[in-house]
Amino acid sequence: MEPMFRIPLGDWVEIGLDWLTTTLDAVFDFIRAILVGAYDGIEWLFSAPPYWVVIVVFAAIAWWASGWKLGVGTAFGFAVIVGVNQWENAMNSLALVLIATVVTVVISIPLGIWAASSNRASAIIKPILDFMQTMPAMVYLIPALVMFRVGVVPGIVATIIFSMAPGVRFTELGIRGVDQEVVEAGHAFGSSPARILRQIQLPLARPTIMAGVNQVIMLSLSMVVIAGMVGAGGLGGDVVASLSRIDAGLGFEAGIAVVILAIFLDRVTASFGKNTAGTRGKNS
Amino acid sequence: MYEATNEQNNDAENAIALSVKNLYKVFGKRPAEVIKRLKGGKKRDELTALGTAAVIDASFEVKKGEIFVVMGLSGSGKSTLIRTLNGLWSPTEGSVVVGGSDISKVSDKELRRVRQQKISMVFQHFALMPHRTVLENAAYALEVQGVAKPERLARAEKILSLVGLEGWGEKYPGELSGGMQQRVGLARALCAETDILLMDEAFSALDPLIRREMQEQLVLLQSELDKTIIFITHDLNEAMFLGDRIAVMRDGEIVQIGTPDEILTHPANDYVAQFVQDVDRTRVLTAGGVMEPPLAVVNLSGGPRNALRTMRDLQVSAAFVVDRRRNYLGIVRDRDVMKQVEAHSSDLGAVVRVGIDPVSPETSLNDLFGRAVESPIPLPVVDDAGRLVGALPRVTLLAALGNVPSTTGEFPVVDAVVAPIPEQVVTAALALTEGDA
Repeated sequence: MEPMFRIPLGDWVEIGLDWLTTTLDAVFDFIRAILVGAYDGIEWLFSAPPYWVVIVVFAAIAWWASGWKLGVGTAFGFAVIVGVNQWENAMNSLALVLIATVVTVVISIPLGIWAASSNRASAIIKPILDFMQTMPAMVYLIPALVMFRVGVVPGIVATIIFSMAPGVRFTELGIRGVDQEVVEAGHAFGSSPARILRQIQLPLARPTIMAGVNQVIMLSLSMVVIAGMVGAGGLGGDVVASLSRIDAGLGFEAGIAVVILAIFLDRVTASFGKNTAGTRGKNS
Repeated sequence: MYEATNEQNNDAENAIALSVKNLYKVFGKRPAEVIKRLKGGKKRDELTALGTAAVIDASFEVKKGEIFVVMGLSGSGKSTLIRTLNGLWSPTEGSVVVGGSDISKVSDKELRRVRQQKISMVFQHFALMPHRTVLENAAYALEVQGVAKPERLARAEKILSLVGLEGWGEKYPGELSGGMQQRVGLARALCAETDILLMDEAFSALDPLIRREMQEQLVLLQSELDKTIIFITHDLNEAMFLGDRIAVMRDGEIVQIGTPDEILTHPANDYVAQFVQDVDRTRVLTAGGVMEPPLAVVNLSGGPRNALRTMRDLQVSAAFVVDRRRNYLGIVRDRDVMKQVEAHSSDLGAVVRVGIDPVSPETSLNDLFGRAVESPIPLPVVDDAGRLVGALPRVTLLAALGNVPSTTGEFPVVDAVVAPIPEQVVTAALALTEGDA
């Protein structure tokens, strides 16, 4: 049935996208080059050494961040990944997640600070974040594919967009949640807003901001699988392949590797959030 | 000529630490309209649709070195008022002048300078930085001022020992009790070395015993350091204890400004009167505030006959004795004076007793009850120069507590428990010894 009226939203999007790709081609190429370079660098860092060296390093990080239990668990988990022959894929995906997380955090924390400092900024940012978070993730892949061509880059870009929201929201929430009297005290003694941000708001908001970073990482990981569809490779590549071949075994092997990565990243970042200076006095 | 006027200006500045003129602070959609209507005679409750007037037409001056207390219940606007004094809120209308500059009109940078150098603040819930040590918290103001780290920590250490926190510098605020945390808050404000200290319900979150201790320490520190303190509280007893002057606020307006004594004895309206009903009057009222003029006073040089006659006329059994300059010497009893008269002696000094210690006019009533019980006759009130300025009969103490007029005018103030010698006996004795005077 033909609707009473038809909004040509799809046509507009395509026209806009065409215009973007032709006029900003150089910009996209530049971004692409940077992301590819960063990805290759980190991927090399994880893949070049023997796998057991990398496992030992990760286990040490987990031990330092949380305790010996997580250290041992990490060593065991990564050994399983090696055992199911997903090591290389897992390192590819980990590199993708790390790049996407770093870029997301670098963009989302300043946005969150801005949103916390101004109600108007908050009102503008909020619907955009809603849009980014609820739009089905796969929809991002198409324009990303058009702009950045097949490969790991559209995967990274789609992941960044998808995981941006919690980074911004938690930062805003954390800063707005800082005890107003302490902020007032900063003002009352003649501190500049920048000093208050640096010495009072950010340190006191750190647990909440770290919870946001943790969420960013988790969302990135869940996006990794979808990014496999545009040729980002890694664990997502195998999941997509297992889907097209109806290969439950391969799918499960790739899937369990995603779960292990997720648990490792979640526990390590969560313990960074807990180890804030605010509770230091009581713990020591 | 130029210098002279300059000096005068300096004097004026020295006398007034902070002045507030016709200050309004209105929150809400249309603050200007609210002020217009308030000036037109509307009440603030009629204007809630347009905005909330937190402070309405406040004007006062705080003198250098005084403790100025702003007292009111929650919602009276006192917290908003104090926050306009250092520009945390900017006034909707009116001016706040600190150290010669109107802080509602200066730039952000200048405002920060004023806050660093002129006016610091102590907060109700301490507002310490939990991620920094006590010492670093105390040194915060100096850090903002740009003082180098070794120096600011050394100075903060000194201030910490001044407020009784020696050796606690390396702890974190979370490890301290509420009272100690507020000492850190106080140390931080003192460290800034500003002349003016704003204290926003600074002791309200503390236990009563600790609060009392802090109040006493604050008064002590104030007398040592000569700060100007603006203290916000909802506790009238606290206001009366600390305040050199008190401003009582209600619904955004200042309804009365006066000394604790004035507010207690001459409340401006029913609201204030009702408020002061609950105050612990014994701590606020002083001997000088409630004393009566001493009636039964005799001159040493007047001799026994004169003294006896005065006592007979006033129907009392004892009298205060003063010298020519009205210096207090002691008391005499009618019995003893009678003996002197009968012995034809003209020496009154021989029977003067010095049993009762005189009290100073500043003594609070609280400290007088015990002595009033022990003393059979009114307590003499003697000023610093040693002169007898008043008397405190027990009935006056009671009347002050009950807030009833204490000057009856009909009774002489000497209400000795010992009944005076009957009038006829005295008259007869005086007649017998007629020739002696």
